[in-house]
Amino acid sequence: MTEAIAPSATGLASLETGVPLETVWFGVPLGDLWFVVVFAFLAIFLFLDGWDFGVGAIFALRDDHHEREQCLAAIGPFWDGNEVWLVVFGGSLFAAFPAVYAALFSRHYLLLFGVLAALILRGMAPEFYEQRETEGWQTWWGRAFVVGSVGAPFLLGIFTANWLLGVDGIAAASVVAGLALVALNVASGAAFLRLKTTGPLADEMPDYGIRAAAAYLALVVVLLGLLALRPAVRDALVAPGPVALVVGSVALGVGFVVAARRDRPYVALGTAGGMTGAFVALVAVLLYPTVEPLTGLTVEEAIIGAPAVELLTVGAALLIPLVLTYFAVLYSAFSGPIDVEESY
Amino acid sequence: MVDPATASRLQFAVTTVVHIIFPVMSMGLAPFLVYFTWKEIRTGEELYERLRRFWTKIFAVSFAVGTVTGLVLEFEFGTNFAAFSAAAGELFGGPLAVEGMMAFFLEATFLGVFVFGRERVSDRLYFVSSVMVGLGTWLSAVWILVANSWMQTPRGFEVARESGQLTILLTDPIAAYANPRFPWMFVHMQNAAVLSVALFMAGIAAYHVYRRRHLGVVDEGNLDGEFWRATLKIALVVLIVTAPLQVLHGDAYGRHVAETQPQKFAAMEAVWETDSYVPEYIIAFPTSVDDLLNPRAKDIFGIGIPGGASWLASGGNPQAEITGLNEFEGSPPVAIVFWSFRAMVAMGFWFMLLAFWAGYRWWTGDLYEDRLLHKALMASSVLGIVGVELGWIVTEVGRQPWVIQGVMKTTEGVSPGLTAAEATLTLAGFVGGYLVLLSLYTYVIGRLIRRGPAPREEAADRDAPSPASAGAGEDD
Repeated sequence: MTEAIAPSATGLASLETGVPLETVWFGVPLGDLWFVVVFAFLAIFLFLDGWDFGVGAIFALRDDHHEREQCLAAIGPFWDGNEVWLVVFGGSLFAAFPAVYAALFSRHYLLLFGVLAALILRGMAPEFYEQRETEGWQTWWGRAFVVGSVGAPFLLGIFTANWLLGVDGIAAASVVAGLALVALNVASGAAFLRLKTTGPLADEMPDYGIRAAAAYLALVVVLLGLLALRPAVRDALVAPGPVALVVGSVALGVGFVVAARRDRPYVALGTAGGMTGAFVALVAVLLYPTVEPLTGLTVEEAIIGAPAVELLTVGAALLIPLVLTYFAVLYSAFSGPIDVEESY
Repeated sequence: MVDPATASRLQFAVTTVVHIIFPVMSMGLAPFLVYFTWKEIRTGEELYERLRRFWTKIFAVSFAVGTVTGLVLEFEFGTNFAAFSAAAGELFGGPLAVEGMMAFFLEATFLGVFVFGRERVSDRLYFVSSVMVGLGTWLSAVWILVANSWMQTPRGFEVARESGQLTILLTDPIAAYANPRFPWMFVHMQNAAVLSVALFMAGIAAYHVYRRRHLGVVDEGNLDGEFWRATLKIALVVLIVTAPLQVLHGDAYGRHVAETQPQKFAAMEAVWETDSYVPEYIIAFPTSVDDLLNPRAKDIFGIGIPGGASWLASGGNPQAEITGLNEFEGSPPVAIVFWSFRAMVAMGFWFMLLAFWAGYRWWTGDLYEDRLLHKALMASSVLGIVGVELGWIVTEVGRQPWVIQGVMKTTEGVSPGLTAAEATLTLAGFVGGYLVLLSLYTYVIGRLIRRGPAPREEAADRDAPSPASAGAGEDD
């Protein structure tokens, strides 16, 4: 679809200006550090906003007006903050590995506009839904909410798998990865709704979660099968790291089912988080030391030059603890179920 | 099919023109919300609670739309301007990443507390949340303008080229990020946002005051009347302060542009041949309508201040020389820049006049009686935002053909592999989608405004602790 841009000039120019190629702090190359940070941001986003997406999917499965309002109220205070992790993921990829950001985003042009369209629908729908009490209005905004909430993780799953595989179009494995991510988000969303709502809706959530987790694990098996058809990926998969992550995912999936059965929503949510982390970590481990297969740029080649990366690292080191504090304030202020009347 | 470069530029223009409305609303509303929250907590008066509730609703809707449209912009650097992103990412990506971490998180997380947490958190934390949201919106502007000001007056970098591939390396962070353009942009933008919202509020309040006073709408318990009269006064105080300031620092900002981006300044004044004693046209209109968009039209009906443009460019010397556009390589679409600049300046003076007029009426004691003033305020309610749009058009169109002034042309920044089909498809999608988005936003905001603040009973109901929230606690 689009040709790769490979400005490996960053490395070359560094040679010219006499700046060392690799900036190392306390034995950690900053390129590697940012590789981890970028994927960590992606994982945090897919987990936190993932439960908002999951709530959107569950919204579609509930007909009762009050229950639908409960779904919207449950994510009301949180989704905006959760979505910022996507902004920060994009921003840090741009800042730390601009060549990769440019190549990846321009190559997945239409796919990313699909993601944006879904996020626009998902973001506006809850805000607009409550502005009018008429049935037609709420039906349409309800639909927009569902389409956005399901579409965003599906397309993001395709994007992530395409990134790993270095694919331009859409591979079968990528579609399965998209579906898997939707299922995983429904599991997270169910655990979250169990915590944030009351009544029949909350009571049925463990069941939803168990089915979604089972679907996720089944889809992961299909995904691994499809990946095994690609010799390069197959070879990379048979290594201690990837194997541990796959085994870990299965164990966490079983843990989720057990926690849901025993009605331990916090544990269930934690295992869902673990599965999301393992999903992203698998992508990262299989990629490393390359940041993006089609450009072929390695971490060392793609990372920005010395003063810029040092500045970025200092900035992030100072800011991330603050960000975590904000989230602690937000989530502790809204601990427990959220009433549909709460706002302003 | 539109060619990829043109489609990308149009698409970016459409997304920024629409997006900017929402940050202006949130940056401008933030200080008002902090004030209302402070007064509500301090005095316990219902008026301030109603003010806070009502304007928070408008803020929340604007913020939601602003978030999603802003995300689009961040993505567009990668999707449509990949060559620019790859070349300048080292300098340009950093401020964007820091904006997300420093400002956007602050805004988005504390907005959750501010919008939904009135009954859940202490007064103190609630007030802190309002401040944090406001700080977040302003810091956001800081980092976006740090990035933008670097593109306008780039410093602190080195250029490397490998087989025609451009890479820009950061060499001096302080020079790059403590950019001389930044303070002007920030002051002018921040003040514009507050001014725009003050005008918006004043216009809405004038509408309600006018209806009640002159069309005989019955005031139930006189509460809504009080609400709108208070809104009008608060908005006018802010308008009276911000409107003259906007003109003052706008003038200094213009001088800075003349010094550092002479090409843009020449486009603002449509000066083609280098000349001294250049007049500033207050009114300039071609005698033939066909020439309306032709800045080189010779038959101009104009009233100009002799030497005015030279005086503006140099800060007081009417004899100063202005370098004409013919001396530069390429030029921006001059007509757009010229007319946008004129319209923006005219609005700036109109807002100042409006502020003095309203201030005078307040002083003479007939602020609520002057029907013409009310109509003028209503008609001007969204003009502040229009002025911001025009200002950004001058800034962004005026620096063309450069994406990074003097370093990289906009056409060089476009994604190399982008096809005309893809670019045209998303352009059409954006124009259509954003039109829908804007109409929906206008509809919802308009509805909120017509209905006014929630009736007393409803507000009182909401304050009573509900059984569900009272029983909230750990259940795991």
